[in-house]
Amino acid sequence: MPAKDPPLILQTAPFLIRGTSTPRVMIDVIIGIAPVVAASIWFFGISALLVLAVCIAGAMITEAIFAGEKKNLADGSAALTGLLVGLTLPPSMPLWMAFLGGGVAIGLGKTAWGGLGQNIFNPALVGRAFLQAAFPISITSWTPARGLADFFRTSSSTFAIPFMKPTVDAISTATPMKGSGKNYKTASWLALLIGNVSGSLGETSALLALVGAIYMTIRRTFEWRIPVSIFVSVAALSGGLHLLNNAYPTPSFMLLSGGLVFGAIFMATDPVTSPMTAKGAWIFGVGIGILVVLIRTFGALDEGVMYAILFMNALCPHIDRYTQPKPFGRRKSS
Amino acid sequence: MDTAIASSTFRHGVHPQEHKEATESLPLERMPFVERYILPLGQHIGAPSKAVVKSGDQVQRGQLIAAPGGYVSTSLHSPVTGKVVGVASHRTANGQFVPAIEIEADPYSSQRMVQESAADWQSLSGSDFVQAVQDAGLVGLGGAAFPSHVKYALPEGKRCQYLVLNGCECEPYLTCDHRVMAERADDVILGARILQQKLQADRAVFGVEANKPDAIEALRQAIPAGEAMEVRALHVKYPQGAEKMLIKAVFGREVPAGKLPLDLNMVVNNVGTMAAIADYFVRGQPLIERVVTVSGPGIASPANLIVPIGTPVRQVLAHCGLSEKTQQLIMGGPMMGQSLSSVDVPVLKGTSGLLAFTGDALLERVEHPCIRCGRCLEACPNFLNPQQLARLSRYSEYQRAEDEHYAMDCMECGACTFVCPSGIPIVQLIRVAKGVIRESKK
Repeated sequence: MPAKDPPLILQTAPFLIRGTSTPRVMIDVIIGIAPVVAASIWFFGISALLVLAVCIAGAMITEAIFAGEKKNLADGSAALTGLLVGLTLPPSMPLWMAFLGGGVAIGLGKTAWGGLGQNIFNPALVGRAFLQAAFPISITSWTPARGLADFFRTSSSTFAIPFMKPTVDAISTATPMKGSGKNYKTASWLALLIGNVSGSLGETSALLALVGAIYMTIRRTFEWRIPVSIFVSVAALSGGLHLLNNAYPTPSFMLLSGGLVFGAIFMATDPVTSPMTAKGAWIFGVGIGILVVLIRTFGALDEGVMYAILFMNALCPHIDRYTQPKPFGRRKSS
Repeated sequence: MDTAIASSTFRHGVHPQEHKEATESLPLERMPFVERYILPLGQHIGAPSKAVVKSGDQVQRGQLIAAPGGYVSTSLHSPVTGKVVGVASHRTANGQFVPAIEIEADPYSSQRMVQESAADWQSLSGSDFVQAVQDAGLVGLGGAAFPSHVKYALPEGKRCQYLVLNGCECEPYLTCDHRVMAERADDVILGARILQQKLQADRAVFGVEANKPDAIEALRQAIPAGEAMEVRALHVKYPQGAEKMLIKAVFGREVPAGKLPLDLNMVVNNVGTMAAIADYFVRGQPLIERVVTVSGPGIASPANLIVPIGTPVRQVLAHCGLSEKTQQLIMGGPMMGQSLSSVDVPVLKGTSGLLAFTGDALLERVEHPCIRCGRCLEACPNFLNPQQLARLSRYSEYQRAEDEHYAMDCMECGACTFVCPSGIPIVQLIRVAKGVIRESKK
């Protein structure tokens, strides 16, 4: 027994915790996304790196300025949002626009709602939706995936001066999604899987996104039901449509092209803006899957993942309300 | 078993690190007698006992010192031979001051038990048995300290089909039930047989978590051939030892919310209580001692100690060697126990463990905003929505917490707080809500 009674700390039970923390969750997501980031830099060189960097900077600076007392740069969530915005952009995106996108994602997507955990819509997608509305040309100008040989080649639009008439490179390549449905045969599914195609930074390699998903599932930082239900519903619905009329794209193209895999794994699974229950996650995922196919096949847009997720984000509180767990001992079966 | 569909665990729950290795293979050992004992009159659920001794009285070990103060109340006996030096208010584990009998041990006494004739349990009638259990001062030794005789007095029209014996011990660190089952299997089985006969239960079923294979084996060996008794190995998962989770695991049935196991014709009891029944009906020893697991990073020699009730925590910790670095003391388990404000409180009938945590093992509570990850919903064994409950409690929307999310169904196991990556004190907030709701119902 110590000579003097130790001063004792009073707390209430439980006195043990599992030891996962919100910053740790963010780090796991960043690790999960790292292969995709590496691939985007491999395929698109320094432009990719610059776009991602300014998006993160835009997000973190906005958090630092506007988040007030709720400011928390250390938890990694602002950086992650910035990174996610960057990965939805094309490599030739003018940097000032990318910076703005990161800022809007945090400003309008998160802090305006009351900070982390309070927002209805996925902040990164709010950032991208803003850019798409504001700069429709820049955000749909694509450069081909190149590889390390051209690492330092940037497109002239990268350093465009803010608010001057943007100098857009001639559309140097069509993405596999361009005019989706009509020319879905332009990219082989293997190329789509590996990512050796043009597109937004994070959208190109489905395979690496899946690697990240597996890591996050193992780390249990991830609601696997959401991407699984998205993939299954997209495959089922687009498969049905393709059977009806083979002018509609095949399920494999639907699954592997554009931002579907990336969006399903890294955007739709944002815990803040997705349902809390397992049952809710299935409904949410299936809803996204159906909307993606409908928008891509019948809508005016080539790509529908962003709007599908944002739309289902809006429904999330209702999904939560209708999928409340039934308490133990209050179920009929007992 | 007729309608019973066995599943070996319940759904949801958590897997805390067990931390049992320090004490799980240490044999029971006896805490030496100390100078003074403090015996609070209300150390069980229900009305406090009434002192039947006064300052200056000589008492013998095992002698009645306080009688039941009502039906839901029980007897209290002296753990030592010595002299009553006071009946006054004394600090107890939860920080309150309560009336307690203070006894100074006679250092020259042999500490032989006062020989109460062991009752012939075979011939006892049901109601005499219930009375005897109250006379023995028996309470549930799992931690809640509910007077046992109340459980054993089956109300009119109720029947006990299954006697369920809880040997889960799902709290991390604690190994007292484990050691009792492993070393005193014969007594545990005997106690269970006595109870089974008196309750006229068709069958007695032990539920033991699979991390205690020696205990399971010892119990199985101790069951006489032909006895309607069995031992079930259950998954290791917290809170497997919660009564309703145990029934779910063993029988696949859910006790309806707000109901008791008896509504499913079951009585659930802790295994340590079975050994205490044997102690009383075979040796005439009332509940004057219990096994306490003393462990944690702040304890030099962890132990499973047989401690006389009323022994000051200070002496128990000194016996096991308390580190100077200790910053937190917990009475009970780390998931549902309580932290002590002082070492000058006594070991009670419900004290299953004394854990000492040093600074580096302490839980650092940094809170982040809720990110709605849903881990608490997946942890809650009661299938509540802890996230909403905590949120509503924080906004003082207590009635909504009950009306929309069944706050009062929460058994406060703490699984939600355990898993929360944002460090939100979820169960603590729910406890606040429950307290307010309970008050408002009065």
